[in-house]
Amino acid sequence: MPLTVETYASAAEAQRALGPEARYHGGGTLVMRDVNAGDTRFRRLVRTTDPTLSRIAPQGGRLEIGAGVTMAEIIDSRECRFLAAAARAVGGPAVREQATVGGNLFAEHPYGDFTAALLALDATVTTADGRERPLPDLLTERARAGASTTARLLVTKVSVARPAEGTFRFAKVSRVKPKGISVLSIAAWLPLSGGRVSGARVAFGAMGPTPLRHPAVERALEGRALDPTGIAPALAAVSDGLSPQDDAIATAWYRRQVAPVHLRRLLLGEP
Amino acid sequence: MARKPVEFTLNGTETAVFVEEGANLLDVLRQGVGDLTPKYGCAQGGCGACTVRIGGRPRLACLTLAETVVGAEIETVAGLGKNGALDPLQDAFMTHFAAQCGYCTSGMLMAAKALLTREPSPTREQVVQAISGNLCRCTGYEPIIQAILSVAEGRTAGRIPA
Repeated sequence: MPLTVETYASAAEAQRALGPEARYHGGGTLVMRDVNAGDTRFRRLVRTTDPTLSRIAPQGGRLEIGAGVTMAEIIDSRECRFLAAAARAVGGPAVREQATVGGNLFAEHPYGDFTAALLALDATVTTADGRERPLPDLLTERARAGASTTARLLVTKVSVARPAEGTFRFAKVSRVKPKGISVLSIAAWLPLSGGRVSGARVAFGAMGPTPLRHPAVERALEGRALDPTGIAPALAAVSDGLSPQDDAIATAWYRRQVAPVHLRRLLLGEP
Repeated sequence: MARKPVEFTLNGTETAVFVEEGANLLDVLRQGVGDLTPKYGCAQGGCGACTVRIGGRPRLACLTLAETVVGAEIETVAGLGKNGALDPLQDAFMTHFAAQCGYCTSGMLMAAKALLTREPSPTREQVVQAISGNLCRCTGYEPIIQAILSVAEGRTAGRIPA
């Protein structure tokens, strides 16, 4: 089916151009797969050259990252170094040159590991209409309406907390290394006060229809030391808060069984 | 079907071609320009057979919307050798038997070229990372890794094939 490609100078114009037969083209790693597969659900590709989508800007204790910033740019950026490990979890080097922060928000299971990192860093998402919302709200809407429908929302930037040195951890578990699809990924922001966790945020990728936070694990870590005794309640709580599904990489049962193992390794800093 | 003019530099030569809207760069290079060195593999970003360099960085031609490369400098394996001599990477791939069926080779070469341009003395781990997006079902990867490291260590120079 013939496609048309529309390029707009501003994100607002591109947002207005999105409609039922349109898909937004950001980096292209998701959309071009569908184009190449002959997907007939859309006939128009909408893109923008708006330079604001490529900005990385500190704002007080937070960091604003344009939705068009690529994973390679995250890895190269000094400001984003706490996110480098999560960015490296996306595809291979060539994919990371194209894959964007905004696109990862709409990557369907088992992809979207970078979004798990954003979740753990208290991310908010701003759309081209200027509305800012918590990332979990966008993901809830995505789970309800489907990624391709929600993708008609043109995200312009995300804002994340800037964690103190050494308090943010990320791990991706895959059968093939260094590039493999997730069995699961875990992101944990673990602020410490007097050697004990205060205000933990823990998120999982590939453990539900979208990346998800795990409030029960976060509560179980509150006031605890990051040692085998301190983390035991969190490990006991982890399996119940997950909604894994079967796929070609792993069964839901397997994912649930190994979640405490990998959470323990992440929390204790084990390889 | 609507067609748009797209201009870019391909292996140092200014190139202009009309492309169908929504076409990917791989189809434009192979069918529009006639450069058959980037290979058509999965068309899903999973195999790396179509890897080219755009602005010196590795990119998957199959996932690159042709309209996005206007004014870009694109390099393929067709531009690697100079004056009839193989690029040292090509020479090393021969020496180390780093190609068997050869289908992944052009993508591997471009991924390796991108690495060595950015990091002339990579570690083995960096080499493994650099080709992690490129599938090879023949060699087991080790000859490819050794070939790339041999160039980095200056053990292989380009030569004119017999």
